[in-house]
Amino acid sequence: MTTPFGRLSDDDLATCVHCGLCLDACPTFRVTGLETESPRGRIYLMTQWKRGTMAFDEEQVEHIDLCLGCRTCEGVCPSGVPYGRIIEAGRADVEDLRRASLKRGTSRLALRQLVGHPGRLRAAGAATRLAQKLGLTSIARSGRMLPRLREEFRRPAGDVAPAIGAQKHRVAFLVGCVMPILYPQSHDAAIRLLQLAGCEVWFPPAERCCGALFAHNGDLAGASALRKANMKTYRAGDFEALVVDSAGCGAHLKDFYPELKGRVKDLTEWLAEIGLPSPARDMKLRVTYQDACHLAHAQRIKKQPRDLIRSMPGVDWVEMRHADICCGAAGLYSTLEPDMSSRILQEKLDDLLATNADVVAVANPGCQMQLESGLRARGSRMKVEHVSELLARAY
Amino acid sequence: MGLPNQVAEELRRIVGRAAVIDSANDLRIFERDGSIEGAMPDAVVLASTTEHVAGVIKVAAKHKIPVVPRGAGTGLSGGAVTIRGGIALQVTRMRRILNIDPVAQTAIVEPGVVNQELSLVAAQQGLFYAPDPSSQKACTIGGNAAENSGGPHCLYYGVTTNHVLGMEIVLADGSVHWVSGDAPDRVGLDLCGVLVGSEGTLCAITKIKVRLLRIPPSIATMLAAFPSIETASQAVSAVIGHGIVPAALEMMDNVTVGAVEAHYHAGYPTDAGAVLLVEVDGTADTTRELTAAIGKILTENHGYAMREAQTPAERELLWAGRKGAIGALGRIKPNYYLHDGVVPRSRLPQVLSAVGEIGEHYKLPVANVFHAGDGNLHPNILFDMRDRDVMQQVESAGEEMLRAVVEMGGALSGEHGIGLEKSAFMPWIYSEDDLGAMHRVKDVFDPNGILNPGKIFPDPSRKAVHLAGRTGLAIEAKWW
Repeated sequence: MTTPFGRLSDDDLATCVHCGLCLDACPTFRVTGLETESPRGRIYLMTQWKRGTMAFDEEQVEHIDLCLGCRTCEGVCPSGVPYGRIIEAGRADVEDLRRASLKRGTSRLALRQLVGHPGRLRAAGAATRLAQKLGLTSIARSGRMLPRLREEFRRPAGDVAPAIGAQKHRVAFLVGCVMPILYPQSHDAAIRLLQLAGCEVWFPPAERCCGALFAHNGDLAGASALRKANMKTYRAGDFEALVVDSAGCGAHLKDFYPELKGRVKDLTEWLAEIGLPSPARDMKLRVTYQDACHLAHAQRIKKQPRDLIRSMPGVDWVEMRHADICCGAAGLYSTLEPDMSSRILQEKLDDLLATNADVVAVANPGCQMQLESGLRARGSRMKVEHVSELLARAY
Repeated sequence: MGLPNQVAEELRRIVGRAAVIDSANDLRIFERDGSIEGAMPDAVVLASTTEHVAGVIKVAAKHKIPVVPRGAGTGLSGGAVTIRGGIALQVTRMRRILNIDPVAQTAIVEPGVVNQELSLVAAQQGLFYAPDPSSQKACTIGGNAAENSGGPHCLYYGVTTNHVLGMEIVLADGSVHWVSGDAPDRVGLDLCGVLVGSEGTLCAITKIKVRLLRIPPSIATMLAAFPSIETASQAVSAVIGHGIVPAALEMMDNVTVGAVEAHYHAGYPTDAGAVLLVEVDGTADTTRELTAAIGKILTENHGYAMREAQTPAERELLWAGRKGAIGALGRIKPNYYLHDGVVPRSRLPQVLSAVGEIGEHYKLPVANVFHAGDGNLHPNILFDMRDRDVMQQVESAGEEMLRAVVEMGGALSGEHGIGLEKSAFMPWIYSEDDLGAMHRVKDVFDPNGILNPGKIFPDPSRKAVHLAGRTGLAIEAKWW
């Protein structure tokens, strides 16, 4: 612990000119109408704290807590305010100052003890699968949000999946911590697409959580420890690209792993770059797409997933209004701030249902869980699929 | 300071407990809009309905407390700054589009509807809302009506007042009325005309009926580079002199283009002294003819590197760059001080060189981005508020620039409003009699002076900008 607000950079904060163009891009401003729940307001607050012109007031931390970290504001900010960096630093600074709250403390402990250790997370996944079979998970709200867990994702023997046809590329694949347990089918589809596109896929052994969930929740030390461990593994391998199919992880790897610079690729980014073979069958589906914040805003990737989906034969494409506004999932947010998360989700569901799509494609597990639980609650039959699963339908 | 508890309780009974904010630290976050002066409200009250607005104003009238309606807070003249404290009456939750009539081509909206959102929704019927302030992504129609906002396309289409057909308003006693209605020629006394642009000093706005226009079948957007601001200004005069009024005719200087390109990568030439963005619309034949004619005039006036947007996406990107220009200046310095004086088009070259000289004299960077077709300047003086010594220079430079505008037969503001920032300069263009007449109108609508007090009219005891920066984040606005 250094000086109070030692991580927040005054120069980063000073890039905000207070023009307000970010306001309506912010999901929490959209539902509250309050300056205090807007990016401009949060920056104003953190600047006052940083410069010592306003005393730190624990009540006001709520405004920081309520930020989804979706970074939609960053994409619309003409001044180039590095909001993602500011909010992560601000959160880390705030964690040093506020009294340990039980909710936050527990979640941080759970993160460190669970997500940081693949073995424990797998055990939790197994326990949840059992609990779901016994019908126990419907008791708690967070339990109801979970998708029905399938058998966990398994790496191929020898940690390598060969290219189908001629090998043109060798890539590494981030297995990650949440995806293999919650959505193994997305991983399976992603890997199949990579193989079809001529990639030999390598699964770095001993790889752990990339650290994204830690950094997003103000635990920069935890994130940095994981980065060190993972870099050891990555350095031992030889690959053109590290392909990631969960947007939150991809954004974190691009920001926090300077050693990998340029080699971290979102699945859709990579597939758009190398091209997929001609599809084998028609889909006959009406499809829309929900941008993942960490893909659209943090990585500025909006075109590639849309282009890939639209190139599939038989796709009746429909663009959803406000597709690039957060659905309210935002990592652990839906658990930590269930009320705000649900208000944001309701706006999203209105736009989503208005598309009359058969399938909404997503690029991140958090969005998938959030939309699935929202659609279920509204009694809709619309399916939520990872882009990889949707594309794999054509092969 | 702060509201008496009893008043806060009355307000809570109207809007609900959570919709009244009066903790001092939170109020600080509401002290500014898009301009640089700030002053804290005593309470922020969130209205969700006309009844809320009326109820809050009744309470304010009873206790003679100032009320300042506030939308997204993107205004550039301090219009939403609570300079005499009181209630910031936030209407951002009133964001429903109540009706779009595709036959009559009108819409009725609540004041918190975001400008661009209305055009996006209307586009499903082939319609759009013409006034397009650069902050249209975030600013509200209510704020636009209060400030009579402009925007790039107002050159051809006219400003907000030309598009507001009627409004539901709340007067200073809390009574609710409709002013005007459907007819293009407003029947009876044109109260709507008086109230649009009254900057929150005469009424609060709770519904707005606006005119929508059919999206033109063909739109052409072209970009031309010029060696200098002067040559670009001459080209502007030449285009208009040929009897062509484009839908929009915008200029950006070299400093602005650099900042804009860094974010938008829209393909603006960063080596040019100035850039013109010209748009024409109509049928395909019209736009083809106009584009050719304008292209010829621009070339004759030293225009080069001309190109036309080939796709709607390219066009949108060019406009995104133009509309994000003022925000993009944050890449150069964290603060801007911006005036929006208007001069007759023929005086553009002179006034711009005067602006340049003033900047040089004070050693302050100045970025120009403006509605050239209207002669509506936006010189942005760039500075860093953390450097206290520079404030006096900024203030003086701004005042001198505005003085130059007025000396060339211009006006104080083209679209941002007078607000707090320019009230002290009103006597430059209005006699005491003129101001007296305006004040009598104000007194009729708001006899107790509770609606957005301290705005528009000069306050002899107040200087234009106060330099007693308390927070280092806002320039503390004082009226006493």
